[in-house]
Amino acid sequence: MSMRTPLGKVRGLGSAKSGTEHFWHQRMTAVANIPLLIFLVYFCVSMVGATRAEMADAIANPLVALMLVFTIISVTWHMRLGMQVIIEDYVHGEGSKLICLLGNTFFSLAVALTGLFAVLKISFGG
Amino acid sequence: MVELALPKNSQVGEGKIWPKPEGASNTREFKVYRWSPDDDANPQVDTYSVDLDDCGPMVLDALIKIKNEIDPTLTFRRSCREGICGSCAMNIDGTNTLACTRGIDEVDGDVRIYPLPHMPVVKDLVPDLSQFYAQHRSIEPWLKTETPEPRTEWKQSHQDREKLDGLYECILCACCSTSCPSYWWNGDRYLGPAILLQAYRWLIDSRDEATGERLDNLEDPFRLYRCHTIMNCSKACPKSLNPAKAIAEIKKMMVERRV
Repeated sequence: MSMRTPLGKVRGLGSAKSGTEHFWHQRMTAVANIPLLIFLVYFCVSMVGATRAEMADAIANPLVALMLVFTIISVTWHMRLGMQVIIEDYVHGEGSKLICLLGNTFFSLAVALTGLFAVLKISFGG
Repeated sequence: MVELALPKNSQVGEGKIWPKPEGASNTREFKVYRWSPDDDANPQVDTYSVDLDDCGPMVLDALIKIKNEIDPTLTFRRSCREGICGSCAMNIDGTNTLACTRGIDEVDGDVRIYPLPHMPVVKDLVPDLSQFYAQHRSIEPWLKTETPEPRTEWKQSHQDREKLDGLYECILCACCSTSCPSYWWNGDRYLGPAILLQAYRWLIDSRDEATGERLDNLEDPFRLYRCHTIMNCSKACPKSLNPAKAIAEIKKMMVERRV
């Protein structure tokens, strides 16, 4: 049983003096995701029934490739920020929280890099 | 992990059913949470029948009647009985509110009364608010100035004074904070809606000279940013204040000083 005073407990390790960047980036990527996802849905629907060659042709267009690159970056960034919030909300053990936060970053990075690699490979004619 | 189920020693059992008052025709059943630190028993819900023809209109009137006439061991806080002290905050019919301003006729069926959720219980309907008060202390809720004190009062324009409306009325009853899941899960680090509303009351006060320092103290992923704007706080507030808006305003100030 801790005999620390309530004020001592509340003050704890002090303010982290951060969090606003996270908050701002989450909103920024949320706004960016609106047009980017509209584009993605439009692109996917317009490609229904297309052959692989037609698909590769479309992605070879620099504008389409860039839009896909932006979408992957914005969505995975937003995903990492959102999942971080959920982990911080619900995982309370210091060790397990650290592992989950690391896993979240690695997973988001892996998704982003795999997606980017795929788009660039197809775009450059791989 | 987050606590989704009650620990074994907190599981609530069926309690004592007290006899109905003799000769009363207009009775209502009150199901009240009981727990005492004096024995090892689990909490239980006791049932009291109250003669409404011989009782005031508010839930607090019924609780006082129960304590005076049926069961003197029933423990709860109360003081002003008119919604200004915040002592009788409790969970009535599933909503955090003040027993003194909640009419018995506003509740359908049995009146179920529990202490404020997810706080340590001292006894029966009395929660331990030590941490809540320490959190209030941590935001330094007083005017902070460096300019030498004027010979009369610190002046404030009518427009600046109006900015405190909707904030100064908070009575720190803790209904909002204890209705917030973020406060349930992370109450040790998240300040909660009541304290953040109080913090904003000092941030927006035109006479205060420590705004930046106050923002520094709040800028933290847990102290401030555990609020995900689900608005339980604003829905619960028995004074019809809007803590969620105050928190949003603090977040706006945080962004404003960066961009």
